[in-house]
Amino acid sequence: MKTASGFNSLEDASGASQSLVPVRFDGQDYMLPEGANLAASLLTAGVSVFRNAPATGAPRGPFCMMGVCYDCLVNIDGITQQACQTSVEANMNVCKPATPADLNTEDDHA
Amino acid sequence: MLDTELAIIGAGPAGMAAAIEAANCGIASVLIDEQQSVGGQIYRDVERVAPLRGAMLGQDFLDGLPLAEGTHSPLITHLAGAVVWQVEKDGTITCSVKDQARQIKAQRILIATGAIERPMPLPGWTMPGVMTVGAGQILLKQSGLIPNKAVLIGSGPLLYVLASQMLKAKTPPLAIIETQTMGDLTKAMKHIGGALRGWRYLLKGTKLLSALKMGGVKRYTGASNIRLEGEGAVASVSFQCGARSHTIPCDTALLHHGVVPNVQISRALQLDHHWDAQQACFSPSLDEWGKSSEATIFIAGDGAGIGGAKAADLCGRIAALKLASELGKLDEENLQQRAAPLKSALLKENAARPFLDRAYPPFKDAQSPQDKTIVCRCEEVTAGEIRKTIALGCQGPNQLKAFLRAGMGPCQGRGCGLTISTLFAEQTGKSMQEIDYFTIRSPLKPITLGELASLKQKDVERLF
Repeated sequence: MKTASGFNSLEDASGASQSLVPVRFDGQDYMLPEGANLAASLLTAGVSVFRNAPATGAPRGPFCMMGVCYDCLVNIDGITQQACQTSVEANMNVCKPATPADLNTEDDHA
Repeated sequence: MLDTELAIIGAGPAGMAAAIEAANCGIASVLIDEQQSVGGQIYRDVERVAPLRGAMLGQDFLDGLPLAEGTHSPLITHLAGAVVWQVEKDGTITCSVKDQARQIKAQRILIATGAIERPMPLPGWTMPGVMTVGAGQILLKQSGLIPNKAVLIGSGPLLYVLASQMLKAKTPPLAIIETQTMGDLTKAMKHIGGALRGWRYLLKGTKLLSALKMGGVKRYTGASNIRLEGEGAVASVSFQCGARSHTIPCDTALLHHGVVPNVQISRALQLDHHWDAQQACFSPSLDEWGKSSEATIFIAGDGAGIGGAKAADLCGRIAALKLASELGKLDEENLQQRAAPLKSALLKENAARPFLDRAYPPFKDAQSPQDKTIVCRCEEVTAGEIRKTIALGCQGPNQLKAFLRAGMGPCQGRGCGLTISTLFAEQTGKSMQEIDYFTIRSPLKPITLGELASLKQKDVERLF
């Protein structure tokens, strides 16, 4: 989900030397500062929903930013990881991790 | 397998200070941390960030700089980006760096994994846009991000610290909604003697509050019945102060009512813990040097009991000196001589703590949440479901896992453990000590099969 970001970036935040690299989140392309914190960069870009909770599918986003809560879990190139513990790399393919509901849908097609 | 005299887990103030003090005694250490750079949460990324926005973050943040610089010693090996997922009593630490697992064998271990936010389950707290005040601080420190339309909710000095930093950055919070009452302050006054001995904290607090007042930041105190509202993301917070109801529209709501020791590793090691009633948390039981119930394992910093960054630094150094003496690098006389000024500084540092703990107690509504409020965020288990299961005769937090999966999601109980123990104590009338806590097991963080497979065969056999 892309919306207007709820966050202001301080002018000095990224540093002049930081180059922007392409990152895909849920099918949308973003240009994010290389090496920056992935969760913070996605929040700045206006992404607020990082995953859906497994039982109810309720939307979730970063909560603790220190690797404790696992609410910022995303699928990065096939592996579910905490966005707040990950640095931005060029051409990362990020999406919401699968929930049991997604798996059931696949079963129905089988 | 990397062999070392001393492994330190966590590169915050306690871990950094311990590594430096150990190096001063001629001890080589491996400093293991999840982040890419040293600093922990309080001094997050301080070496990179200090020149960028040190002035806004203030001296309390810049105090971390000499510590961070001190870790660039030939005797300190900083293992960055390392996620520790198993610690054993024989000194073996297993962690993953990138996708590769590796092991460290240490003669002594110092756990310096700091604190985590006290869980603050409120109606609506799982919605996107609701975060912790700690998260707000980390976003500001590391990434230079400030929420546009934020409210800060809860109690404690950290609310004022973040609010004043936001004010300096010209994006003040819309309001600070505080849960402590005048009654709490009255009760805290009996500890005022200690607070006066730790007068620097009082002065700092007074300065922060007057800066917030000057800056026009609206404060509500004694708030209750706090609800976070919105469809799919937080859009407002409603609460009551006395007879008056308030609703404040917001994009971001930051929660905080204190921090508690991160006991994940010490619990997994089955070290002795006790219930600390003053701080309302479980803490590992330690001697005056930070030695745990396992002779080769020490704990320092907020992970040993909440004292803040300066106290963590001192605890780290005190533990390092004792470790140096046990490793034969410091004789008894030198140990006592060098530790004495640190110990007296620590007493002074902790003097204001009883006052602060009493003046800013945890929010009762969040310690015992409403039935519909989610307690276990991972598995989406509500307080009502937990209460119903306890009423059925569920024997404790560990059996609750089998009934409800509470505490069995990816966070492994970090976000709900304390609330669940509290709910059991409340409903059964047993003490927190008796109820105790989840049994914590390795792997302490979720790992991939690939990471496990990257260990050498003989190492893998050892794990099971």
